[in-house]
Amino acid sequence: MTTANKIEIINGRLIDPANNIDGQHNLHIENGKICAIDQPPAGFTPDLTIDASNQIVCPGLVDLSVRVREPGQEHKATIESETRAAAKGGITTICCPPDTNPIIDTPAVAEMIHNKSLEIGYARALPIGALTQGLEGNQLSEMVALTKAACPVMSNAYVPLANTLVERRALEYAATFGITVFIRPEDRHLRDNGCIHEGVVCARLGLPGIPEAAESVAVARDLALAAHTGCTIHFHALSTATALEMIRTAQHNGLPITANVAAHQLHLTEDDIDGFNSNCHVIPPLRTKHDMDELRQGLATGVIGAICSDHQPHEPDAKEAPFPSTMPGISALETLLPLTLKLVQDGVLDLATAVARLTSGPAEILGLPLGQLSIGSDADICIFDQEQSWQLSADEMLSAGKNTPFLNQTFTGQVTHTLFQGQVVFQS
Amino acid sequence: MRPETKTENRKAPTVIDSPPSENLQLDNNGRLRHFLSIDGLNRELLTEILDTAESFTGVSERTVKKVPLLRGKVITNLFFETSTRTRTTFELAAKRLSADVLSLNISASSTSKGETLLDTLRNLEAMHCDMFVVRHNDSGAANFIATHTAPHISVVNAGDGRHSHPTQAMLDMFTIRRHKQKFSGLKVAIVGDILHSRVARSQILALNTLGAEEVRVIAPKTLLPADVASLGVKVFYDLEQGIQDADVVIMLRLQRERMGSAMLPSEHEYFQLYGLTDERLEAAHPDAIVMHPGPINRGVEMDSQVADGPRSVILQQVSFGIAVRMAVMSMAMGTVTPGAAKR
Repeated sequence: MTTANKIEIINGRLIDPANNIDGQHNLHIENGKICAIDQPPAGFTPDLTIDASNQIVCPGLVDLSVRVREPGQEHKATIESETRAAAKGGITTICCPPDTNPIIDTPAVAEMIHNKSLEIGYARALPIGALTQGLEGNQLSEMVALTKAACPVMSNAYVPLANTLVERRALEYAATFGITVFIRPEDRHLRDNGCIHEGVVCARLGLPGIPEAAESVAVARDLALAAHTGCTIHFHALSTATALEMIRTAQHNGLPITANVAAHQLHLTEDDIDGFNSNCHVIPPLRTKHDMDELRQGLATGVIGAICSDHQPHEPDAKEAPFPSTMPGISALETLLPLTLKLVQDGVLDLATAVARLTSGPAEILGLPLGQLSIGSDADICIFDQEQSWQLSADEMLSAGKNTPFLNQTFTGQVTHTLFQGQVVFQS
Repeated sequence: MRPETKTENRKAPTVIDSPPSENLQLDNNGRLRHFLSIDGLNRELLTEILDTAESFTGVSERTVKKVPLLRGKVITNLFFETSTRTRTTFELAAKRLSADVLSLNISASSTSKGETLLDTLRNLEAMHCDMFVVRHNDSGAANFIATHTAPHISVVNAGDGRHSHPTQAMLDMFTIRRHKQKFSGLKVAIVGDILHSRVARSQILALNTLGAEEVRVIAPKTLLPADVASLGVKVFYDLEQGIQDADVVIMLRLQRERMGSAMLPSEHEYFQLYGLTDERLEAAHPDAIVMHPGPINRGVEMDSQVADGPRSVILQQVSFGIAVRMAVMSMAMGTVTPGAAKR
């Protein structure tokens, strides 16, 4: 990390969707904040000048789901290792689901994660508070206290609420205080012990399947309760076209519903599991090409407001077993931006929309003034070269988890600088 | 989505065309290295297995029931799931090939102490084994072991989860060929719990690869995989319709634990709808044979009259199992050359 009090970033193409800016602009930074665009303030002498010619300058990315594995599973990863990987990926804010050990259901755990990330200084880790104590689905957590301890939203992580009455109460309580609830929609009975989309590949490989209805049944239930309680619900990691359509209709009817999708769901399908590739073992499972195409469309039309990494780093042993016995998840911080840029290359999104889905989109869902380059906001900035090709290699990954199906793939578009609160935390 | 039409018939795309270099089971010359699944093996290779097995059927009738093909080799049976029949026939097959056989029941020992599957493998490799015969309750376990084991070790799949049980399928093909001589023109009906059956998945692949005219599956929807038609079968929900003019009727074993769960209401209703009786068998071709991978639940999958009747070839399946396993083992160890069986 380089320490510089005053920084100017010049000659870059500035894309700031929150402020509707896309064009050649210079950016001036002082005391960790953005102090001017184009013309520097009077008497501004930069300690550091970053020449961003032929590069894109955008807000630091906001990632809605990142498991740092701390506290509790430091053998997989730590706040330090993963925030450093985030910085390499241009990500300056990460949201950490509450299924840590101990669970994020007390202010102490939430504050520990948040403060530690700020002390380390690569990126801001925002804890997601547990919706119910111990994620057990029985008793509500102290949501207001958790909100004051830096939890912008609540969630029951990957533990679906079995009891609809508890869900109703939790949503009512959250709605009282204007708290957004993140839900990973899944009917646990229909999920059963499944580990792959119930479809053609599942039929052939004989792996236990997870039907599409496991997601759509849950979404239907959650939407009904959203309408009943008025709670703002954010659906995390959509995987099916059916659920997407239900959410589109709900939004159309004026319900306060948002959704995200994990970047890998936009590039992989059930076919990638052929040969029992455990790096493609994810929950929700990779679905059909039709689902993937619809999710891409949902992203383009804005029904899905954010792309997240759904980063889940693992030690090698967690993936070295027969497929059903492996741990689900992909180490994905370092591929979030390149996989999103691939959607631009594929003609799904224009560049400004792609940037919006990684910055202003997720920030709006969190209800926080992040993911923007407004005067006075934190100087969280990602600078990337849209044309630069590179290959993902395990050796060069900074995440402690090397579990990714994208190893050895070539990507176009690479982060050259990341600034967090006005400090250069990554430079290629 | 479940198929709504009963007659949808799409062939599985990867059955015949896989290039040998991409198939874990084959060496660079297209020879069998591991035997994990029927998927990706072509008709010539499956026929070679059947021909080789044919050449071994005489061995069991000799006074000295042994051939020296695998003398000095160590074969380890790695059974992570209990089995009597399959393990015994693998043991016998290995012994008739003169191999040294080690049978390990691992479910109870190492894994319960927290040893990973890879650790178990490394330990066995250190004992200089030449072949692992593997049964495991996870689909994909045999592929995993073949991918991670030392290069000189061959892996034979003796059943992994719901995925594959290729030696069972090949002994069934052997039995069918003995009775029907060829596969072209054959209509084969498979009845019962297709969803949980690795046997059915392997049989369907083998029958389609060997050129059977029609493979049918007959079961209620609770016992059929989603998109089952994509495996290259015709789907029937009615037993009598499904076995109409069938040349071969394969009854699958119904696990007792499926009963009384939400899968099926009762044994009684299952037998009423899908149990094979002499009367129902009338619908099949007059020369139809009846098969079952065993062990039979009499009065659930079929009547005793059928099981012990003239069309039943169930006990032949068991004895052919030894010859087929001898064939697969000797081919994977490279001790029989192509065409040897014909000489």
